[in-house]
Amino acid sequence: MQSSQELRASPFEWLTATVGRVLISILIPLITFFGLWQGFLFLRDSQAPKFVIVVVAILWGVGGVALLYFVSNWLVEQLPGRMTRLIQPFLFVGPALAILIWFLALPTIRTLWISLFNSDSSQFIGLGNYLKVFTDPNMLEVFRNNLLWMVLGTTFCVVFGLAVAILADRSRFESFAKSIIFLPMAISFVGAGVIWNFIYEVKDKADAQIGLLNALWVGLGGEPQAWTALIQPWNNLFLILIVIWLQTGYAMVLFSAAIKGVPGEILEAARVDGANEWQVLFQIMIPQIMGTIITVSTTLVIFTLKIFDVVIVMTGGQFGTSVIATEFYRQYFTNRDFGIGSTIAIILLVAVIPVMVYNLKQFSEREAF
Amino acid sequence: MTPQRRNLLGTLFVNGLLALICFLWLIPTLGLFISSFRDRFDIQTSGWWTILPHREWLKVSEMELPADQDRNQPMTIEGVTATFEEFREGVQTPDGKRLTWVGNRRLGKIEVQELRWTTNANFTLENYANVLTGKEYTIKLADGSEKIEKGDDMSGAFLNSIAVSVPATVIPILIAAFAAYGFAWMNFPGRKALFILIIALLVVPLQIALVPILRDYVTLDLNGTFLAVWLAHTGFGLPLATYLLYNYVSQLPKDILESAFIDGASHFTIFTRLIIPLSVPALASFAIFQFLWVWNDYLVALIFIGAKPDVQVMTMRLAEIVGSRGSDWHLLTAGAFISMLLPLTVFFSLQRFFVRGLLAGSVKG
Repeated sequence: MQSSQELRASPFEWLTATVGRVLISILIPLITFFGLWQGFLFLRDSQAPKFVIVVVAILWGVGGVALLYFVSNWLVEQLPGRMTRLIQPFLFVGPALAILIWFLALPTIRTLWISLFNSDSSQFIGLGNYLKVFTDPNMLEVFRNNLLWMVLGTTFCVVFGLAVAILADRSRFESFAKSIIFLPMAISFVGAGVIWNFIYEVKDKADAQIGLLNALWVGLGGEPQAWTALIQPWNNLFLILIVIWLQTGYAMVLFSAAIKGVPGEILEAARVDGANEWQVLFQIMIPQIMGTIITVSTTLVIFTLKIFDVVIVMTGGQFGTSVIATEFYRQYFTNRDFGIGSTIAIILLVAVIPVMVYNLKQFSEREAF
Repeated sequence: MTPQRRNLLGTLFVNGLLALICFLWLIPTLGLFISSFRDRFDIQTSGWWTILPHREWLKVSEMELPADQDRNQPMTIEGVTATFEEFREGVQTPDGKRLTWVGNRRLGKIEVQELRWTTNANFTLENYANVLTGKEYTIKLADGSEKIEKGDDMSGAFLNSIAVSVPATVIPILIAAFAAYGFAWMNFPGRKALFILIIALLVVPLQIALVPILRDYVTLDLNGTFLAVWLAHTGFGLPLATYLLYNYVSQLPKDILESAFIDGASHFTIFTRLIIPLSVPALASFAIFQFLWVWNDYLVALIFIGAKPDVQVMTMRLAEIVGSRGSDWHLLTAGAFISMLLPLTVFFSLQRFFVRGLLAGSVKG
């Protein structure tokens, strides 16, 4: 429609209109980029008061992305209709794809590549790093710890979560109780580390204990203990306890929703037939929500496989508490052994894949949202 | 037992057990919260639970032993006979008092103590002032001397956390929403393959990406800027965001979109005027997750912000105090609580969306 109008205009007018439009099409993106670049420089170098920087950063970051979409869409819509239809979808999905390829897809390949080289990436050694990792007694201890995390962390979160969900379902204080169990999920791992360091704090025998656990322990007649450095490998349990405290809320929410989804008639029918509450629970309720139990367990398994912050804040991976993710950090950033570090990251990926694939399958079977 | 009785017992059992679990779950946070308001010396010398009324040995008077008393033999004081070592530990007299030797053997000073009801409830806001403003403050040590110590500048870190978290929440949601719409409602070659690629990337743990990205940032001189952290969080949050939003956007009723098309609306207009307002519940659910995740993140900040003190976020600041001043509990408790303040507020005010997000699978893969 537009082009037929343009044809009717005089050649000179058509020419100026086109040139003008092309110029504007070039100018507007240029101005946009220039403005954003100035914003970047301001944020990087400015000595302005912190408050101003924060406000500018938020406006620049959020507004900048929106502006980029807007301007590039405007640009695409200036093109002839057929081209617009061809290009526009990539304007919508392109940025996401580009970022994902840069931040996840390529790094996976690059990390895999680095893992085949020696510590400073100067010499190709094939699978040498993998051989070293799986025979190093220190690494075997790391794998054992992760196994402890996976088994104990997951089991206890599921059991407590289920227990609270079932109890809350029968209580009048349901939402209040659930909020309390849920609350730790909003706390950072570093914050949780501080909270629990305080509970595990140890003082000399002669002084008053300010850590709750030692106060109880001494009150019962024990000697003050440094719980997280204590007899290995049991100190791992005191770290796992933190994650149980943090993640039970997650399990509880999913179980609670699943329990609400169990048809009341089935439970009623069983009660009428003379089943007691325990039988109703174990023979009807739990089999009914088995799907959710599996989903929650797999999610928690992935979570515990990748556990990092709690360990690094509580012990820094010392005293035999190191796990895969902290070992990766230590090898890469402390030992500067890029080969081993990358190898550990790849092992983590390989360990996560089967659980994640299973989990996704579960999710796609259920209706999301 | 009558059915009513059994019902009552059942209710008691359920509520009692639930109350017990809730109590256990609340104790750690409660202890931190209470301690953050206690005087710095009180925190170091007594448990936070001593703010509750309890019985404790308190000094009522003091006495000096005569100088000629042989202190290497058992001594008789106030009707009890005990050695120096026993007095050091404290010896009870028949009338319910306790005698405790203070100082060394030569000093010969004895405290008379009585068991009395007491509380350690002196509350102060000083810890918060110290941890927030980073000013120098003078403290009186137990022996009367004075010492100047520096607090911590957490208010700066708080602002940094906001500058990191808000864009790192909005940007991935915006990009993911565009992508979700593109995959759900636009036709282009390779649509299915590209979508599967995004879903497949859900399995990649972010540890894999840290080092290659760090190298890119060093090349681009981006390390330690807000942009670097936003982009990293965007990259790591995108697969999940796209997946969840796609699930939602693709379920929207088809006829609304079609009638908009017939009216001549472009994709961009439909997206901004129709899809975004309709997707608010899904966007909100994911936003809360991403916000809490970014705010509470330590690893990504640690690697991409590193040692730059003027862009450090809360979690880094806090972890640094744990590392360097791990026994300064007055700073740690107040600092930890400040770092929890915003997430807890967001969490409690928007709990509904949070739960919905969890049920839809908002868990960092």
